[in-house]
Amino acid sequence: MNSTPECDKVLLVQAELDGELDAAAAAALAAHRAECPICTAAAVELAQARTLFDAGLYQTMPEGVRGRVMARLAAAAPHRAAAPGLGWWGRWRSQWRFTAAGFGAGAACAAALALVVLTPTQPNLVDEVVAGHIRALQPGHLEDVPSTDQHTVKPWFDGRIDFAPPVKDLAAERFPLRGGRLDYVSGRAVAALVYQHDKHLIDLFVWPAGAGAAHPPEAAEHDGYNVVHWTQDGMALWAVSDLEAKLLREFAEDWRGSP
Amino acid sequence: MLPHLDAAYNLARWLMRDASAAEDVVQEAMLRALTYFGSFRGVNPRAWLLQIVRNVAYSSASIERGVEFVAIADTAAESATAGELVSSADDPEGMLMKARGAKQVRALIAALPVELREPLVLRELEELSYKEIAEIIRIPIGTVMSRLFRARRLLAQAAAGAAT
Repeated sequence: MNSTPECDKVLLVQAELDGELDAAAAAALAAHRAECPICTAAAVELAQARTLFDAGLYQTMPEGVRGRVMARLAAAAPHRAAAPGLGWWGRWRSQWRFTAAGFGAGAACAAALALVVLTPTQPNLVDEVVAGHIRALQPGHLEDVPSTDQHTVKPWFDGRIDFAPPVKDLAAERFPLRGGRLDYVSGRAVAALVYQHDKHLIDLFVWPAGAGAAHPPEAAEHDGYNVVHWTQDGMALWAVSDLEAKLLREFAEDWRGSP
Repeated sequence: MLPHLDAAYNLARWLMRDASAAEDVVQEAMLRALTYFGSFRGVNPRAWLLQIVRNVAYSSASIERGVEFVAIADTAAESATAGELVSSADDPEGMLMKARGAKQVRALIAALPVELREPLVLRELEELSYKEIAEIIRIPIGTVMSRLFRARRLLAQAAAGAAT
């Protein structure tokens, strides 16, 4: 009943069982095991423990519990826009709570939304900007500074963000500016400019691109949203919209070409 | 986070050994997860959520109260599970496990100390790697390995004891 390993290789025996050994280490271990009774016995014991596990041991969440948890999450979420003065962090939190409120409204819808909004964001900026766009479409979240005047929107970012985002009005190109807001993408506060085309809204996320060559427009699609990304004048720009891909591309080209 | 609700519940259930305590833990963990998702920078949301579940569970007053582990399914599924565990008679491991129902196995695992139970559940039921487990529990990988080893050895011995 000794519960401590007596041969320092027994943990490797276990690592092999768990698929954590590479081929070379496994071969070296096999040679050792052939002449080590302790490791041979440990292998048997570990295999016995493994056989005890079975799908029946997984504690799946009962539907009743799931329903209660979801309902309480929804109840904990205030159905209101973020209080003013919270800053982007507070807004972020509020948006998450707001999103949680949506979950309570319909489980199917919630699950679909969760896949969009809650997937890991770091490795995939497309996911992240689309999620940001969807969050912004929640009532009251689209603009912090609603203005069609670029000379109002641009100074608004002063002091709120550590760079000066280029703000352009493309009303002449059928993409009038609606306003701007702070958002949070890839671990940093970014500027989001809001444009409109007919009934469609376009979010243009802007942040400093860092080093690297200029990047021509590149299109992507994610869950029905179109995304166009490019870099220009040291800024990374991500346009996201439910606008059709061709029009969003035109928007990007117009923006790039505009002074 | 919602796709990982079952994983959250599974871990909470095994840590707390009590259905209603597990529900409370999952509830609080989901609230925290949704609130702090903005600060999440990793690539593995399931591991991140499990880490939160663990933190909530350990700060819960009832984690080590020794609440009796109540089997959830005491039905046909249970006996089917028990049946599957019965292996051929010429397999010594199968002999050992003969007639070990899932219910009894659950009780044996639940009886393990929580610091051994935890890596075992993460490894065998969530099928996480040593590295992921180490990150969730915040212990070195070597410690994960030695705890897992102790957990399995105790479990195998307890099962052998229960079988005879």
